[in-house]
Order: sequence, then structure tokens, then C-alpha cells
Amino acid sequence: MFALSFMRYAFWASTFIAVVAGAVGVFVVARNLSFLTHTLSEIGFAGAAFAVFMGWSALSGMLLFTMASSVMVGQMSTEESRREAVISATSALFIGLGILFLSLSSQTASSATSILFGSVVGISRGEVFQLGGLSCVVVAALGLLYRRLKFSSFDPVGARVNGVGERGVAVIFLLIVALSVSVAAQIVGSLLIFILLTLPAASAKAFTTGVAKMMGLAILFALAGAWTGLYLGYLTNWPVSFFIAVIEVAIYLTALAYHHSQVD
Amino acid sequence: MALAYGDHEIISDLSFELNRGDFLIVIGENGVGKTTLVRALFNQLKPRAGEITFAPGTRLGYVPQFRNLARDYPLSVRDFVALNLPLTLWPWPRRKERAAVDHILAETDLTRLADRPLGLASGGEKQRAYLAQALVVTPQLLVLDESTASLDNEVKYDLLDLVEKFRQAGVTVMFITHDWDLAQRYGTRYLHLTPGGYSTGPIADLPASPKGEE
Repeated sequence: MFALSFMRYAFWASTFIAVVAGAVGVFVVARNLSFLTHTLSEIGFAGAAFAVFMGWSALSGMLLFTMASSVMVGQMSTEESRREAVISATSALFIGLGILFLSLSSQTASSATSILFGSVVGISRGEVFQLGGLSCVVVAALGLLYRRLKFSSFDPVGARVNGVGERGVAVIFLLIVALSVSVAAQIVGSLLIFILLTLPAASAKAFTTGVAKMMGLAILFALAGAWTGLYLGYLTNWPVSFFIAVIEVAIYLTALAYHHSQVD
Repeated sequence: MALAYGDHEIISDLSFELNRGDFLIVIGENGVGKTTLVRALFNQLKPRAGEITFAPGTRLGYVPQFRNLARDYPLSVRDFVALNLPLTLWPWPRRKERAAVDHILAETDLTRLADRPLGLASGGEKQRAYLAQALVVTPQLLVLDESTASLDNEVKYDLLDLVEKFRQAGVTVMFITHDWDLAQRYGTRYLHLTPGGYSTGPIADLPASPKGEE
């Protein structure tokens, strides 16, 4: 299958995506932000639709919209009680905008499906390098912020009194999530981003203690899903996102069963 | 010093001193400003008037009453304690830092539990882990914020005996509580907050428990 250049590109792209999503996902799950990643992917959809409308690349539109909105959400969501309502309102607005931009641009149908559900065929060599670069940015940011992020994600009470600077950490982390969402959407599509961003991390939690180990395991689970998905997609011609979704859900169910067998 | 939220003054005109090796009991009913005082100590609330001064380089440790940890909380006791290591940009723990964590785990009798998930630990074990996390930075002042409130008597004594051991090694302790028995048993000095006032002095002068309070 690697004789085909687009499969090689898709393979590299999905590798970057799995690493980023697995690593970032551990903190997304710990901070209970799964719902927010869903919203960010809808915002990303609007951004990509806007980019199509403007004639830019989908990735740049996604980055623009998700980064801008994650800063806004970070400012608004400090009060936990209001967070869900704020997030729902934001979702509604951006899905609406996405639909509008798509209907205004001429090439509606095919670009809409590839934004929403992802596509492996469309990835070019240049885009692989873009994804690789963005992934390096995410990994470097995670590394530099690691101790603060770990403290405020896994012990907010302790982090607050020990001067972690939560507000700053929260905003930077949302920017990291925005970047990851935009990266991941290139393969699995904006509707299915949370498959890679939350399921591998949630599964990893059941098997190990320790943040670094969870990150490693989450990356492994994401890679397993992405690579196997690509291969099965190549064999069957069915959508890759479908296979990734099924594999990640299977891993998650296994993790749940394992966790119950350990606790009881 | 005076402490206030907006227009609502919680503590007006409070002044007290803490010296190395003190076991200061901060006692009083709910709503007299114990928590407010803690927030001011940890720089989360600016005094309206006056100031809090520490000897240069003083590090503070904080042990809360309780944390909201689910049973599937994933970190091990060791990793939880290590969260409070210095917040450097270098992600991996250095050898010295790992040794500090191991040392404090041994001191708090947690070595045996170090690799178990904290979510599965008992109430007393969790409090010991919170204590260890606060102590891993070798603070000069340890603040216990109602840290024994949800524990059985025997477990309370175990925890405070442990704290007393650290006090004798030179850590100053500030214990916020409304348990008069524990106050008499462990304190060396007291700060009694009352609505609109306070008193302070050596523990022998602490008034007996007022009626209606336990």
C-alpha cells in the first residue's frame, strides 16, 4: 500500500495526529474538557468552511477559528456552573456559521464531507510537513508546560495554593487543544476528533498510574487505531474514520472491563 | 491587618505572630474567617489593610480538608506527591527530586503504598499523601486547613502525631480546626477567632470549649 504516495502521506499524517492527540488527550480527560473538544471541533468545522469559502486551505481556517475561540472560551469559562451553557451556545453559533459558509461557497458537497468526516486521499506532501511542524509545536509546548499542566490537571486544589498560575495554564492549554483539534481533523474529520482526543486517553487511565505512562499508552492506542484504520480502509475502500472509531471504542470497552475486574 | 471580600469585612484588625517551631491552633466557629485567613496567607486575597510578612525564603505547605478524588483517580501515591516538585520547564524529575519524593514517602509511612492508585487509598492514607505532597518542598510553615475534619478519632491522632514529629524537626505548624480537644492536645499557641474579634496566647490560656460547641 505504500507504493501509493497518498497512502504514504496519510500514514505520516496519521502518525503525527495520533502522537499529538494521545498526549494532549490525557490532560483533556483529566481536566474534564471532553465536551469542550467537541465544541472546538465544531468551531473548526466553521473555520474550515470559512477557508473553503475564502479559497484558503482548510487547515488555516481551522487554526484561525479554533485558536481565537479557545482564548474566548478560556476567558468565559472560569465559572464552572456556567461553562456548559456557554459551550452549547458557542457550538450552536459556529455550526450555523459553518453551514452558511459552505452554502455560500460553490463547491459544497464534497468539501463538506471531507471536512466533517475526514479524508486520507486529499493529503499532500506539503500538508504532511505542516502537520509535522504543528505537532512539534504541540509536543514542545506540552514539554515546557508539563509540570504546571500536570499539577493543575491532576490536583487543582494543590495547584491553586502552590502558585501554579492556573489561569495562564488554562488558556495556553486551550490553545494547545485548538492546535491539536485542527491537526487531528485532517484525517478523522471534525465530527470524529474526540475519538482520538479523548478515547485513547480515557482508556489509558484504566491500565496504569502516572501521567507519563498514561501519555505513552494513549499514544500507542491512538497509533494502533490510526494505522490499523488506514490499512483496513486501504483493503476495503471503506472510510478510514469508521475503522478508527470502531477500534478506539473497542479499546475503550476493553479498558472499562479491565478496570472493573481490577476494582471489584 | 484587615481582610475583606468586596465590602464585606470578614476580619478587622487582626495581628499575630508565628515563630519557628510553634504549633499554632487557629480555632473558631464557622464563618469567623479561618478560611479567609488561609487565603490571605497563600496570597489569594490581598489584605485590605496591613500585611503578612514572612522571613525571607519561607516556603509554605498546605494540607486541605479534602480533595474531590474519584475512585478511578489514576495517579499513584508517589506521582501525586511528586506533583508539588518545583515547577521548572524541565519535564522529567531529576535524580535529586526523585530522592526527595522517596524520602518524604518514607517519613510519612507511605513507602508501602507508593505505587498504589491514590483513588483506592483510605481516608487516613489520603490525608497522609496530602501531607507528604505539602512537605516535599520542605516548607518552613505547614498549614493544615481542617485537615482532620473527615477522619475517625484514631486516624486523626495518627496524622497529628506525624505532624508533631515534623514540628519537632523544626517545621512551624498552623492548624485550623474547630476541634477543642485536638487543640488542647497538640497546640503550643492559639489564635481564637470570634465574630468581630480574636484572642491569642499560649495554649494553656485557651478558654475551655464554649457551650454548644464541641
